[in-house]
Amino acid sequence: MSYIPKPKVSHPGLAKNKLGLTIRDYEGGLSTLCAGCGHDSITAAIIKSCFELSIEPHRVGKMSGIGCSSKTPGYFLSSAHGFNSVHGRMPSVTTGANAANRNLTYLAVSGDGDTASIGIGQFAHVIRRKLNMLYIVENNGCYGLTKGQFSATADVGSKSKRGVANEMDPIDPAAFALQMGAGFVARSFSGDKDQLVPLIKAGLNYNGFALIDVISPCVTFNNHEGSTKSYAHVRSHEAEVNVVDFIPARNEIAVDYAKGDATQVTLHDGSTMMLRKLDQNYDPENRLEALKQIQTHQMKNEVITGLLFLDPKESEMHDMISTPKKSLREFELAELCPGKEALEALNKSWG
Amino acid sequence: MPKDKIDVDYYHKVVDCQWACPAHTPVPEYIRLISERRYTEAYMVNRESNVFPGILGRVCDRPCEPACRRGRVEEEPVAICRLKRVAADYKADVSAYLPKPADKKNGKRVALVGAGPASLTVANDLAPLGYEITIYEKNDQAGGAMRYAVPMFRLPPEVLDEEIDAVLNLGVEIQYNTPVSSLKQLLSDGYDAVFVGSGAPIGRDLTIPGREQADGSVHVGLEWLANVAFEHITKINSRVLVIGGGNTAMDCCRTARRIGGNQVKVVAPESYEQMLASPWEKDDSQEERIEFINHLLPKEFVVENGQFIGVRFQKLKQCYDKDMKWDPVPSGEDDVLIECDDVILAIGQSTAFPYIEADIGIDFNDRNMPIVDSTTHQSSNPKVFFGGDAAFGPKNIIWAVAHGHEAAISIHQHLQGKDVKKRPPHGMNLVSQKMGIHQWSYSNDYSDDQRFKVPHVEVDDRIDKLKLEVELGYDEKLALEEASRCLNCDVQTVFDPPSCIECDACVDICPLSCLTIAKDEPIEQLKLILSAPVLNPEQGMLVSEPLVQTKRVMVKDEDLCVHCGLCAERCPTGAWDMQKFTLKLPKAGDV
Repeated sequence: MSYIPKPKVSHPGLAKNKLGLTIRDYEGGLSTLCAGCGHDSITAAIIKSCFELSIEPHRVGKMSGIGCSSKTPGYFLSSAHGFNSVHGRMPSVTTGANAANRNLTYLAVSGDGDTASIGIGQFAHVIRRKLNMLYIVENNGCYGLTKGQFSATADVGSKSKRGVANEMDPIDPAAFALQMGAGFVARSFSGDKDQLVPLIKAGLNYNGFALIDVISPCVTFNNHEGSTKSYAHVRSHEAEVNVVDFIPARNEIAVDYAKGDATQVTLHDGSTMMLRKLDQNYDPENRLEALKQIQTHQMKNEVITGLLFLDPKESEMHDMISTPKKSLREFELAELCPGKEALEALNKSWG
Repeated sequence: MPKDKIDVDYYHKVVDCQWACPAHTPVPEYIRLISERRYTEAYMVNRESNVFPGILGRVCDRPCEPACRRGRVEEEPVAICRLKRVAADYKADVSAYLPKPADKKNGKRVALVGAGPASLTVANDLAPLGYEITIYEKNDQAGGAMRYAVPMFRLPPEVLDEEIDAVLNLGVEIQYNTPVSSLKQLLSDGYDAVFVGSGAPIGRDLTIPGREQADGSVHVGLEWLANVAFEHITKINSRVLVIGGGNTAMDCCRTARRIGGNQVKVVAPESYEQMLASPWEKDDSQEERIEFINHLLPKEFVVENGQFIGVRFQKLKQCYDKDMKWDPVPSGEDDVLIECDDVILAIGQSTAFPYIEADIGIDFNDRNMPIVDSTTHQSSNPKVFFGGDAAFGPKNIIWAVAHGHEAAISIHQHLQGKDVKKRPPHGMNLVSQKMGIHQWSYSNDYSDDQRFKVPHVEVDDRIDKLKLEVELGYDEKLALEEASRCLNCDVQTVFDPPSCIECDACVDICPLSCLTIAKDEPIEQLKLILSAPVLNPEQGMLVSEPLVQTKRVMVKDEDLCVHCGLCAERCPTGAWDMQKFTLKLPKAGDV
């Protein structure tokens, strides 16, 4: 948190993307979160991803609920559309927005409380609906806005700032999303942008429901010794299963991959994900295996990160309900409501 | 802490203006004091470094301004020089804070040749230590080139008098109208040391055909300016040609404009851009409707029937080759005759030492310059020291002051029986500016303002007034606004690697993309992967010790840092701190 605004002046050598914008053009207002908050780092990763993908900021819908995490859409893409909704109800609002206009990119930010406590019902159903969106959980295992009580994602045995250990079993957003049928599930860490940025880019381009559970230390209430969501703990207990390089459709694959070194996955829009395995046994296209690996690492007190599951058959809500490619909001009234005669003709057709 | 140990010079270099100033004036410090309307203190901070803030605030060559970081993050540097004048203009009575004459003399006598800025600086530093100082001055007033070569409309005599008197009042004896005719004699008069600060007072003449015949109409610029300054000359004819492209040419043309010159032209062989005169001097001259004609090389002073007609010039295509070496190439066009009544030559100046005998142990080089050590200012005669233009040829006032300080240290060491080559080291202080959460003891907010123009007297009101100062100086409102443009580069970003938890907050917030956390690699590799490309390889680059959690390193490119302190505000552990750097520059007597 800072009192002076970030100076508008920028480095004259900053790179420009395909739209002629610099990374500064993807910024938002100044963060009022605590200094050193993991969420701010995720904000920076989102800014970097959107800049590198040359996304037009006004073609993005930023969606959020309530909590520290849910404030962050104010801090990126200031010219995007945004909806800061009711606590835990962001998935429904996003469903409505997506139903009306399927042609925006929906980037949702939620927290562990907003997702795994008050909003868990909505979270489950938006995944089942396969809503085409990127859902980022900024997961710090505590309620930062109300002084750091354990949230539903806190690990058993993780200690509060006062030294009390959590005894309730955690909800793992990634495992939960796998069970609900999510097509893209990843876990990352706010302190590792090299891993996080390609995952966000891939998630934004995935046609279907994409979840990234980002461990994001609460620097004020959950960054002490004994916490399993502190910078130091995650860094020393991280098990990275693979590394994603995301290559947008219009770019050539410039990096030279040795044969067998990387798996190439082409997404529906022609963009490419190069998946370099760090754990040779890990198969990210096997949902069962992914669940098992999450559990196994959890039992070893490790934090598994990387692209955990990818369903290459990208499918989304609009495919299931057979809505037209054109967004609903673009239809004229006459098209949406063809009138009495058309209804009568339809009724007659059933004889 | 970084791999290349951070030393005084690392932090000093970050303060670009102070690094560029020959006297290392702590510029951001005095600009901050101006912002707080503490003008007297701002003046004294200046005086400590450069002795003549009121004078330099008007006529300094300002090497600090091209160096100013503000000129890299936007177009124009902070008006450092004019803010110095603000400190001088708005200060209260400073007499209580000035150095005092020594209570007791130390029995050592030092003679200073010439009462210019170099000698006056030596006197300023040595008199309070008890040295008996005698200055020999050929004119009837002190100041040297500041008096005779700088016109009064740029530097009013009252300003000169005040700051020169502050030195002379230290119990310094000055003998006016006493040119030194024999250094040998001076040395045999029992002086323990002699400082030669006699400047470069000889204006260069132009020996082309017709020079002798045209003598009454041709004037050597420096002499002519001195004659105007001392009121031996009060008029010039209406059509005046000034030959030359430096600051003396600008002073000549503007002076001529004020004492009768209605049509004043400046003619130079180089292009307008190549002319050595400071851009603001050229602007002021043009504003006074002085015509500039470039790419003309003087060939002949034309005299017909005993009457001076004008100067004939050859047209040039260029006068320098691509390495900026003198290489005039004629354009092949016809020569041009520019008719005029008077010609003023401003084509260079040189030193002259007719009073230095060959047998007193002072060696000269093949360009007739004394061989002087560039650090100690000692000549081959250990008792004789040189400074200012007399030492290494024409430079400017601020260099003369810097030389004076160094020579004073040498003279003091020499007369205390110490080795002059063992220079006292530069020291530094770093003090945290943190006052509380989001509170710093300096204003870290970034001002978007562009440089404010200094108000001038209207052109029509100044032309016939030789003594009317053209620049009015900033009023207080403008001064405070201009002062807020200063980036406080002396408030350094100081990094403590063991405290860093690698949360990226500083990297993410830095508006100028100065910071990167990267794998520990050689600096040349690191330079390729920074958050933003390296634009000025000359600027400092901090590479920290490996960080605790990942063994990566913090890298900071100092080039464009605006010292907003956001890295430190966003740092949850205080690994970044904003600390004020104070350079401890030794003075004579500190050793």
